[in-house]
Amino acid sequence: MTAAAFGTMADTPAAQRRRPWMRSEEARGLAMISPTFLYALALLFLPVLIVIAYSFWTQDYLDIDRTFTLENYRQALTEPIYRDLFIRSLWISLTVSVATVVFSYPIAWFISFHGGVHKNLWLFLVTVPCWTSYLLRVMSWKVILGYGGVMNTGLISLGLIDKPLTSLLYNSNAVVITLVHSWAAFAILPIYVSLQKIDRTLIEAARDLGDSHLRAFLRVTLPLSLPGVISAFLIVMIPTVGDFVTPRLVGGKDGMMIATAIQTQFGKGANWPLGAALSVTTMVLVSLAAAAVVFALKFTVRRIR
Amino acid sequence: MSLLARPLRFIPWLPAYVALYFFFLYLPILLLPIFSFNNAATTTFPLAGFTTKWYGSLVGNSVMLEAAGNSLIVGIAVSLLSTTLGICAARAITRYRFRGQRAAASLIMAPLFLPEIIVAVSLLMIVLALGLELSLITVILGQTVFCIPYAMSVLVSGFEGFDRSLEEASYDLGESAIGTFRRVTLPVVAPAIVSSLLVSFTISLDEFILAFFLSGTEPTLPVYIWGQLRFAAKLPGVLALGTIMFAASILMLTLAEILRRRAERRTQMAHF
Amino acid sequence: MADRAMIEIENVSKFYGIYKALDDISLTIGEGEFFSLLGPSGCGKTTLLRSIAGFETPTAGEILIDGVPSLALPPNRRPTNMVFQSYAIFPHLDVAENVAYGLKRLKLPAGEERKRVADALDQVRLSGLGQRKANELSGGQRQRVALARALVMRPKVLLLDEPLSALDKKLREEMQVELRTLQKAVGITFILVTHDQYEALALSDRIAVMFGGRIAQVATPKEIYQRPRTREVADFLGGMNFLTARVIGEKGNAVSVDAARFGAVHLDKPKGFAATNGHVTVGIRPERLRLLWDDDRAPHELAGRIENRAYFGEVTHLTVGVDGLEQPLSMVETNNYGADDLPIGAEIRLAFDPDAFVLLAEDPPVSRV
Repeated sequence: MTAAAFGTMADTPAAQRRRPWMRSEEARGLAMISPTFLYALALLFLPVLIVIAYSFWTQDYLDIDRTFTLENYRQALTEPIYRDLFIRSLWISLTVSVATVVFSYPIAWFISFHGGVHKNLWLFLVTVPCWTSYLLRVMSWKVILGYGGVMNTGLISLGLIDKPLTSLLYNSNAVVITLVHSWAAFAILPIYVSLQKIDRTLIEAARDLGDSHLRAFLRVTLPLSLPGVISAFLIVMIPTVGDFVTPRLVGGKDGMMIATAIQTQFGKGANWPLGAALSVTTMVLVSLAAAAVVFALKFTVRRIR
Repeated sequence: MSLLARPLRFIPWLPAYVALYFFFLYLPILLLPIFSFNNAATTTFPLAGFTTKWYGSLVGNSVMLEAAGNSLIVGIAVSLLSTTLGICAARAITRYRFRGQRAAASLIMAPLFLPEIIVAVSLLMIVLALGLELSLITVILGQTVFCIPYAMSVLVSGFEGFDRSLEEASYDLGESAIGTFRRVTLPVVAPAIVSSLLVSFTISLDEFILAFFLSGTEPTLPVYIWGQLRFAAKLPGVLALGTIMFAASILMLTLAEILRRRAERRTQMAHF
Repeated sequence: MADRAMIEIENVSKFYGIYKALDDISLTIGEGEFFSLLGPSGCGKTTLLRSIAGFETPTAGEILIDGVPSLALPPNRRPTNMVFQSYAIFPHLDVAENVAYGLKRLKLPAGEERKRVADALDQVRLSGLGQRKANELSGGQRQRVALARALVMRPKVLLLDEPLSALDKKLREEMQVELRTLQKAVGITFILVTHDQYEALALSDRIAVMFGGRIAQVATPKEIYQRPRTREVADFLGGMNFLTARVIGEKGNAVSVDAARFGAVHLDKPKGFAATNGHVTVGIRPERLRLLWDDDRAPHELAGRIENRAYFGEVTHLTVGVDGLEQPLSMVETNNYGADDLPIGAEIRLAFDPDAFVLLAEDPPVSRV
């Protein structure tokens, strides 16, 4: 506001009587979002800070020793058992996210470009399963892959095998299959949203300039849908690295993941600081891995000219 | 449009792939109802005849019914709390512009991008560090953090298309701020609100990890089911319970979707 | 102009940070007037309208509605009602409920309310459509519902924010006629915001032309069109041929200029007249230049050559080059006499009336900072 405006305002009698009946937009916006924001702050941000704090302390039965120490991280990063769990968890989550994105992309593409009037219906049908009980869905895979389960007895009764396969359940393959099934639909939504945002005339322009369908897809559609693909990666990769239910139900010893170790520290193991350190390490590692994946994706897609 | 429709001829396998995808998506889920009516204690093929006895066994199961009651209480509380907080945040984001908007929204939506176990563990720590007891209340508080992002997505799309001039027109015609909210804002976004309530309730009903870590002696249904999984004999009963839960979830989600679409139609209509 | 002032805008300014949306605007609108605010996008006309309605608060100045200083009043307490650009029809109510919305607070007896709603619907020619659902209405129907809803409140002033811009041409022209008729029938002050010059010319008793947050000219449509005050106003409404003319002399209320090939032209001297380096800008409308056919003669003539020709159905626009003039002249001729057949390069003669020239002031360039 210029000085002149200030002066005019002070002079006008009306200005002195006037009460703005609407406070500034910014104040109202901040006030409106504050309950939710404060709730998230108190019950999400703060607890995570506490976890980080704990990871630098030690626990002696029920007493917490608050002297700063890196002992927990030393354990987490050097003990072979934890190292194995980290590597396997990252590997599984990476495999699962690659698989879900690859399997789901054509579906998202199909619904976006060929869904027609019933796009929303398709989308609903494809996403409904993933909003039902996660526990129940993992259970159903246990039923399928078990020794006396659906897959084995079905194959036997069809005459394709003589004895039940033992390699189906209680290993990391079972974990991967189950996770891919559970999370596939989650990957569809972000990819779909970014495909919807693509201006169709861009693709028509590419065709007009000589590209075949495949080339137009690789050079126009794919790069433009990259934000959605990256989102899908993150939505699948980060939560699955810390998955607890699936490895416990179908993973056996070979398919154990880091979440089991974390949970032990808060249960029988009673070593909260170690559990905290394991949690923080998991988050850091998966963030680094995710960043690497995103970088690799952007790099390769940019190379497509 | 024909220019884009032609690619389908070049990828003839796509419709078949889509069909296959849906098949694999739904098959495992359909197994639960199938075996819950199966007259056998194990889940093997071939099927051994139709029965409803597993459902019958649920009726007298007082432990299970208590867990169901807990789930109901928690579900209702979580849906009310997340929807209320979601309304505030959704309206703030769609209606106003203010600094830190994106940061606040990111924090609120963060649970979608975090491993649930870390959220569960951190909440456990803060609850116990404060010396509080684990109970249904801690479950409610924890699940709300997790449900708010979902509630918010539903509500944001409900508020987004809402033409600001509808409220201005109401003021212009003499209505007060509260009256405007009651007569214009609320009715137009009501379907989105109900949709959010249903979605949050469903998520809370099915949610396991937070409930597992944060419930004390009062389990919810998923926690109860987890406990039962150790006993092979209890499996068919669990399958029956699971089928009921599946059916309830799908029903509520379908209803929520119908309402969400109605809300969308209403707000979009305000634009000529 | 009307006898009584209904809206008095005194030195109103509106700043958004350093951006000046309204710059010291003063205006008086009379009771029963159909008044238009006309200008290009971003000129501040909508901001001014919303300030009268109460949705914007001026940073400085005062607005009096029927003699009452109104800036302290929120929108729901002012005797104004607005028809929004998007119509803002409540989607969850039917037509009758929409129209009755503002009446609810008055708690009228049920019969009275129904009658007023029915009368309002009759007034906008939507009789009998009271039970129609909001989402079953066409664009034109929604526009009328918005009108009825505002008029049923019997406001002292009706504010219309580009109400016809969303309608297609034919419907727009029909609605323009209806709006004018409606205003005459109801008798209250209408303030219309539009960027469509023809709409403003056709409907208004008076027009305020705005550029860059300032009012360039306030006058009747005829005066604005025939005697635009500035170059910007002249350019905004209709076409105009601009010429730089040299001042020959001033006497009393008149100033004489040498308008190049047009010869000496005598013009009324406006207040605060100042020539720049002894030169002024004058203008003459394309339709005031007349083609002379065959042996027609006129007191004031000029010879020229057709450089370009554009056929518009009813008329043909001609671009005519004249020796000695830097820019070619624009002319508009009806096609009754074969103007559309004139070949490019044809030598023609045109007649002009020296009294049709207007003297144009140059407003200082508009600064927003």
